[in-house]
Amino acid sequence: MRSSLVRTPIDVGALLAEVAAPENGAASVFVGTVRSNNEGREVQGIEYSAYDAMAEKEIADIVAEASHKYGVTNIVVEHRLGNLAVGEASIVVVAAHPHRAPAIDAMRYTVEELKKRVPVWKLEQYADGSRDWVSAATGANP
Amino acid sequence: MTVTVRFFASYAESLGVPSMVMDLADGATVSEVMKTVSRLPGASKLPPAPLVAVNHSYAPPTRVLIEGDEVALIPPVAGG
Repeated sequence: MRSSLVRTPIDVGALLAEVAAPENGAASVFVGTVRSNNEGREVQGIEYSAYDAMAEKEIADIVAEASHKYGVTNIVVEHRLGNLAVGEASIVVVAAHPHRAPAIDAMRYTVEELKKRVPVWKLEQYADGSRDWVSAATGANP
Repeated sequence: MTVTVRFFASYAESLGVPSMVMDLADGATVSEVMKTVSRLPGASKLPPAPLVAVNHSYAPPTRVLIEGDEVALIPPVAGG
């Protein structure tokens, strides 16, 4: 299991390779990407920032919870920070297990808890030159 | 005693600073930090009861602080 904050593009294939094992018959992947539109506004990019030390701890806690809850030991999370363009991956979660249900459930739990608890923020940049902090309450979900 | 108080994202922008060192009486709680923060310029843009973390874990307003603690005001998170 591993979780990291990264500042360079996320390599989904490398993460899948990291959780691969001969006994695993299933790997579940979530890729969150920057969307071109939010609440009717044209988005050009998003600047991601974090309270790094706490975000790392929270993500690691969530991965440990998912592992315990679903019996999945092969989970890897990378969350990207910095300036991202539309279409780029901001988060990738992979979970692998001998069977699909635990792999999918562990991935889903990790993504949902991460969005609730991890201190990461988005500053959206719009086509008209303005920018705004995205509040979770506005439902800006990838 | 002194604690470090950190601000992030929209809160740092509203208050105009990323962090400050605060002198508090022994036995002070997170609530005392919030009272001081509420008197800072720009604090009117913050919600009345922001989420707070102490030493990287979410903490209630009643949490008693000790010398050297790192208190952080956490704006609504938007990861993923």
